[in-house]
Amino acid sequence: MSSSVAEKVREIIAEQAVLDTEDVKPEATLEELGIDSLGLVESIFAIEEAFDIQVPFNANDPSESDFDISNVAAIIGAVEKLVAEQERAAGG
Amino acid sequence: MKRVVITGQGTINALGHSAADTCAAMRAGTLGIGELDIRDVERLAIRIGGQVRGYVPEDHFNRQQIALYDRFTQFALLAADEAIRQSGLRFDGDLALRSGVVLGTSGGGMTTLDENYRSVYEEGKNRVHPFVVPKLMNNAAASHISMTHNLMGPSFTVATACASSNHAMGQAFQMVRTGASPVMITGGTESMLCFGGVKAWEGLRVMSRDACRPFSANRNGMVQGEGAAVFVFEEYEHAKKRGADILAEVVGFAMTSDASDIVMPSKQGAARAMRGALADAALSPEDIGYINAHGTGTAANDKTECAAVAEVFGAHADRLMISSTKSMHGHLIGGTGAVELLACIMALRDGVIAPTIGYEEPDPECTLDVVPNTAREATVTAVLSNAFAFGGLNAVLALRSV
Repeated sequence: MSSSVAEKVREIIAEQAVLDTEDVKPEATLEELGIDSLGLVESIFAIEEAFDIQVPFNANDPSESDFDISNVAAIIGAVEKLVAEQERAAGG
Repeated sequence: MKRVVITGQGTINALGHSAADTCAAMRAGTLGIGELDIRDVERLAIRIGGQVRGYVPEDHFNRQQIALYDRFTQFALLAADEAIRQSGLRFDGDLALRSGVVLGTSGGGMTTLDENYRSVYEEGKNRVHPFVVPKLMNNAAASHISMTHNLMGPSFTVATACASSNHAMGQAFQMVRTGASPVMITGGTESMLCFGGVKAWEGLRVMSRDACRPFSANRNGMVQGEGAAVFVFEEYEHAKKRGADILAEVVGFAMTSDASDIVMPSKQGAARAMRGALADAALSPEDIGYINAHGTGTAANDKTECAAVAEVFGAHADRLMISSTKSMHGHLIGGTGAVELLACIMALRDGVIAPTIGYEEPDPECTLDVVPNTAREATVTAVLSNAFAFGGLNAVLALRSV
């Protein structure tokens, strides 16, 4: 499951950055990928839609959100955690 | 007071995707109204409209732009590009700092509203795309024009229903005339041909199921259209100095309020607006050769408008021409006056009067020369463009040839 979450997150970020998925490296920051604040909000929306999860992200103060966006690997980790919580809650 | 001239025009509407194509279609008396091609059309009682055909957003905008631009913004951007390209203006330095955009729109991003209401109410979704607000807001089109063309002066949106674009262009005219701005981009845009947009109008029971036939005795209501038209209003000396091609001069503007009824028009309010525009332009009634009518094809508007014209122009009312191009492109609501200004400019510049098509039977209450069915060649030097909105808000522009 986990690797497919990572792949899907990278695909979403790649689409937003207008890059090929393989060019979205785990250590890259969103800024390096050219994703601005609107692009970030749109990516989070796409992640929520793709995994049917709620991402605790507040665009007013991203650093205060309980969702690490410091780089691609951090976002993937945070999404994996949310997906796992969702599955536990669903009794899966 | 400075003189104000028009140095660029652009449009996309049911008659064409450019000003040249639209004027050619008006000249040919083309019907742009047809069967609506929209989602859930089978649940509508009214299934016709002046829809923009053959339009592919991806031909003009990239994926990110489309995510942010409602259809009404897309139309406005395309019309503005065409108008500004024709004007030959580039906005930088002081010109950029002082020039702006005033656009008319009534519904704003109605397609965005419609799609997202559908998703949360009908489909029960609890999450909407993050750009819903910046996409649907009424000023989105004006803002995107300002961003695309680096217009950093006064920009805003005017919403006065069916008079929105005339009020907007009147405002732009006054800003250039008083010297507040050397150039203003102005006009209107509307895209209400979605399920909710048509359903709302249906409720009022003033819509025709078959055609818009202004001034014809057998008329049975209005037909909606969509699209945008945008113009470059420029201070005369500024335009002259750079050798710009001047399309027409804007010479007068007046607005009045009926202060009587939220939907029924008033002869007095309409007449006061026309008289006011003439006075503002220092024109006498006999100077006017053509009026682009509000001419919606409803019983209430057409009778009232003809009576108001008869009152203002007296005996000259029988000599001037008055036509409603809504018969061809439909009623673009907040964008309608802008598309109709193209017919005014064509009359002044090319000596071609756009017809009122679909005219079948004379109406004893509308006996003016409505240029029935066929365009006419005539030399006119001054024209009026009428817009009389729901809510009793009237706005009339006066233009002259240069």
